Amino acid sequence: MRKLTTPFIGLSAGMLLVAPWIINAAPYESTMGLVQKVFYFHFPSAILFLVASLICGVHSFRFLFMKRQSADAWALSAAELGLLFGALTLVTGPLWARKAWGVWWVWDPRLTSSLLLFLIFASYLMLRKYGGPGSERLAAGMALFGMLNVPFIYVSVNVWRTLHPQTSVVPTLPTDMGIPLWFCFAAFTMLFLALLTLRATLELQRARVEALYLAEDEA
Amino acid sequence: MMRFLRVCALFVTLLGVTSPVLLAQPQPPKEFVPVDEVPPGEQIPAINMVAAAYGFVWVAVLGYVWSIASRLKQVEAELTELESRKR
Amino acid sequence: MSEFFRVAWHIVRKDMTVEIRSREILFTTLLFAVSVVLVFSFAIVREGRAPDDVAAGILWVAISFAGTLAMGRTFERERYNDTLRALMLAPADRPAVYTGKLLGLLLLLGLVEIVLVPLVGLLFSAPIFAYPIMLITLLATGTIGFAAVGTLFAAMLVRVRSRDTLLPVLLYPITIPVMIAGVRGTAALFQATPDEPMARFWIGLLIFWDAIFLTLALWTFEPVMTE
Repeated sequence: MRKLTTPFIGLSAGMLLVAPWIINAAPYESTMGLVQKVFYFHFPSAILFLVASLICGVHSFRFLFMKRQSADAWALSAAELGLLFGALTLVTGPLWARKAWGVWWVWDPRLTSSLLLFLIFASYLMLRKYGGPGSERLAAGMALFGMLNVPFIYVSVNVWRTLHPQTSVVPTLPTDMGIPLWFCFAAFTMLFLALLTLRATLELQRARVEALYLAEDEA
Repeated sequence: MMRFLRVCALFVTLLGVTSPVLLAQPQPPKEFVPVDEVPPGEQIPAINMVAAAYGFVWVAVLGYVWSIASRLKQVEAELTELESRKR
Repeated sequence: MSEFFRVAWHIVRKDMTVEIRSREILFTTLLFAVSVVLVFSFAIVREGRAPDDVAAGILWVAISFAGTLAMGRTFERERYNDTLRALMLAPADRPAVYTGKLLGLLLLLGLVEIVLVPLVGLLFSAPIFAYPIMLITLLATGTIGFAAVGTLFAAMLVRVRSRDTLLPVLLYPITIPVMIAGVRGTAALFQATPDEPMARFWIGLLIFWDAIFLTLALWTFEPVMTE
């Protein structure tokens, strides 16, 4: 994973630079017009937000139950990325909604549960930062609860009648809308994986520095 | 005492200056008039929303990448320094 | 299996014995819950009357705030007397310890709710006796869900620095779905024309959430509390 980070970042940066032209070439949506083009960044951010939660949960599980110390660094990285991509989703969404629905926000199941998941990430990071020693395990326990939200968020638009489009929209996209979408999705995913690895490496290196300092103190 | 009088004078002046403006506000409409299409002046420009959305994404992502890169550089410098000291 | 419940029962008895002697947590929590209801009433009342349909929301807000306080206080007491370490060192199943603390908290919250519900019914003319069994089920399942996560988090945070502010910060995002279900279910029952199927739907969802939260909490209590 480490070796791929530089090519991933380079490639995704290149793709994102080119993206505006590709998105411009996509057709307008019939009722929403220009503002629908926020979709090409909103959808990948939202999916990666949910994926980040799953990754954080899985690594928290490995850290707590399988006692893998290194898993903690990956859980932390996933949580930070979850916060980032959650912020992207929760900002691009309302900007789109203001034009498409007339309001910035509605308290429907998907938006509410997404906001809650975002808050869970924020409190996870706050616990790790201000909780003092031993807070990694506590935060890991919390991340497991947070992970429960993910299927709920995904399924909520299909179960309840909401303003938010249903999950059936993406599989049935016409090709000339599908191409920019999956292009942006690929770019965002590579960026996500690269950032995840980089952040986890940072954390693991930090642990090594601390261990070296401790060894020095003892010597 | 002087300070209190000065504050009062300031308050009265402000009131005197702003009251014509406040009183000259347009009267609220007395009845609703339906219209078919929202006039261009009233519409929310979609391009603003799209630009704000894309701009935010770029700023946030670049900011985070920069933050990781700088922290990583700092930690690696510390690591090389410590390892050279160990030897 | 019976060993599990024996341990849990011992812990509940211990907590009740301590509580009965001072009644500190019960009275302070109760008074706090009543204050919350009053503050919200004054905030919302217009021309001497509260708007319709606020009773359910205010009831659950009071339960949630008072519950957070009660959890914090119960574990603070353990920390102050350093008995939590004794509990952890005891040769008992950790999940049994968790269950004991949970049952103690549920008893406390139950007593608080016995006072709160008639109070809210009185102040907001809510029909609390129209569907008593469903209302009790809603309150019970909602409180169990809330307390299940809360007991775990409060125990987790006992040795953490900013535990007083961190407990609500960690607890609310996770238990808000339970709160939403509780409020919506209670509101469905308190409506002018009560919506029984709706209330039943929310009770079903609450039971689902309770099962998930209890299982996860029982599972994670041990690794999280081990140093």
